[in-house]
Amino acid sequence: MAKRIVARDVSAYYGAFRAIEGVSLTIEPKSITALIGPSGCGKSTFLRTLNRMHEVIAGARVEGQVLLDDEDLYGEGVDATAVRRTVGMVFQRPNPFPTMSIYDNVAAGLKLNGVKGKQRLDEAVERSLRGANLWTEVKDRLGKPGAGLSGGQQQRLCIARAIAVEPQVLLMDEPCSALDPISTLAIEDLMTELKDRYTIVIVTHNMQQAARVSDTTGFFTIDGPGQPGRLVEIDATEKIFSNPSEKRTEDYITGRFG
Amino acid sequence: MTGTGTLHRTPRGRALKDTTFTVLTWGAFVVALIPLVSVVSLVVQKGSKRFDADFLLHSMRGIGPRDTGGGAYHAIIGTLEQVGLASLIAIPVGLLAAVYVVEHGRGPLVPLVRFVTDVMTGVPSIVAGLFVFTFWVLALGQGFSGFAAAIALAILMLPTVVRTTEVVLGLVPDSLREASLALGVPRWKTVVRVVLPTALSGITTGVVLAIARVTGETAPLLLTALNFDSINTNPFSGQQAGLPSYVFAQAGQPQASAVNRAWAGALTLLLLVLLLNLVARLIARRTRLKG
Repeated sequence: MAKRIVARDVSAYYGAFRAIEGVSLTIEPKSITALIGPSGCGKSTFLRTLNRMHEVIAGARVEGQVLLDDEDLYGEGVDATAVRRTVGMVFQRPNPFPTMSIYDNVAAGLKLNGVKGKQRLDEAVERSLRGANLWTEVKDRLGKPGAGLSGGQQQRLCIARAIAVEPQVLLMDEPCSALDPISTLAIEDLMTELKDRYTIVIVTHNMQQAARVSDTTGFFTIDGPGQPGRLVEIDATEKIFSNPSEKRTEDYITGRFG
Repeated sequence: MTGTGTLHRTPRGRALKDTTFTVLTWGAFVVALIPLVSVVSLVVQKGSKRFDADFLLHSMRGIGPRDTGGGAYHAIIGTLEQVGLASLIAIPVGLLAAVYVVEHGRGPLVPLVRFVTDVMTGVPSIVAGLFVFTFWVLALGQGFSGFAAAIALAILMLPTVVRTTEVVLGLVPDSLREASLALGVPRWKTVVRVVLPTALSGITTGVVLAIARVTGETAPLLLTALNFDSINTNPFSGQQAGLPSYVFAQAGQPQASAVNRAWAGALTLLLLVLLLNLVARLIARRTRLKG
């Protein structure tokens, strides 16, 4: 199920502004890859190129190749909506659909993509909520609005919603930055569990979090304002945090800048 | 508490300002209420003289200038049909235009749509009536009808529907659109199943306001449906009464009985709009998930 991602020379633009330049990296299946770096260095932009969400913004475009196993996501005739079903995403702020119940939120991806049949949906909802460690907390109030949950629960609801469509890769854009430490811990535990089935890429500002959960860490930075973000290095998390190859990485993780 | 620290002292100037502005806001509130209360109470008081089943269920057919009977049944039917048809035209077109501008619009067509709706907002209702009169009634030879009135009313409704829908759609957070798109939901389905339901109560309010506004329009009716003293249930052929034109015609007559009919007609109009408001709010509430 989980797939390998290979990015080749990926650059992303907002209109004429180049946000990231020449990023090449490989993300191994069934692992957690963390992307760290200072604000505005293009980590989130890069993440959004991996499921073609970058181009949703007016004037935004991508150059280069992103291979999912052997298929180029930016190849001719590739359907962006199909890509997004294969590569799921969890956002910085929990964003459950306010008009939908907990059940409908989880089933949204399936329902909106034409999946019918109560039994099939029921199974998918339960499986996804269990997968997101939320089932026991909400199983008695599936008909209540998703927006009525706490922030941490909402974020796990969003994770359940993302995994309900059975993606092969899960992208997480600072999923814990709006959460308290206990909810953060719940999400981190969840990521470790999900790693058995999915390829996970997480953008985080929290270096301890990157060190705790990820197998591989990539460090992005920018040379200055208006400059495009670049990938400085990517390596095993242990190596990045103990003995990085690049001086800039060391400066960043030891808190000397950024 | 010792009460000696600076924390305990409210500066005299600030307390004075606070009182002044509290009085001013309350004053403004009361001033704004005066016209509303006086209009409603006057209409209820004068309109209730003739507001009964007899009035609601009879037309003006065969009622002479000196007769005291007669009612607005034909005008109620006319108004319901005209406003109903106008809504059928203006609401879908208005919603689609707003969705286009907010959700899909790229390129020069968006400012054009905005400009045109802005200009349309300023079109006096009589001009809309004249337009339908010259274009539909005369040039196309369609003749006077309730439908001609509906076209004029639709023209007046359209900018309100587009504008309010545009504003409400703009309030739907982008994060919801992104959440839906990231699930692999196509853009059109995102709009139909996520964005529009989220904005529904706001859109309903805007649409009801637009309907309420045109329900009381008189000028366009006089040029398109004329007026009529009998029941005409077919809005597509022949002149048809409407409540505003009914009130206008009755109020213009010298007899007390006609003036009373005019007040009762005004009361009917007021209640109709109120009813419409309640129904729309009910719909909006029912479709929204309860917490």
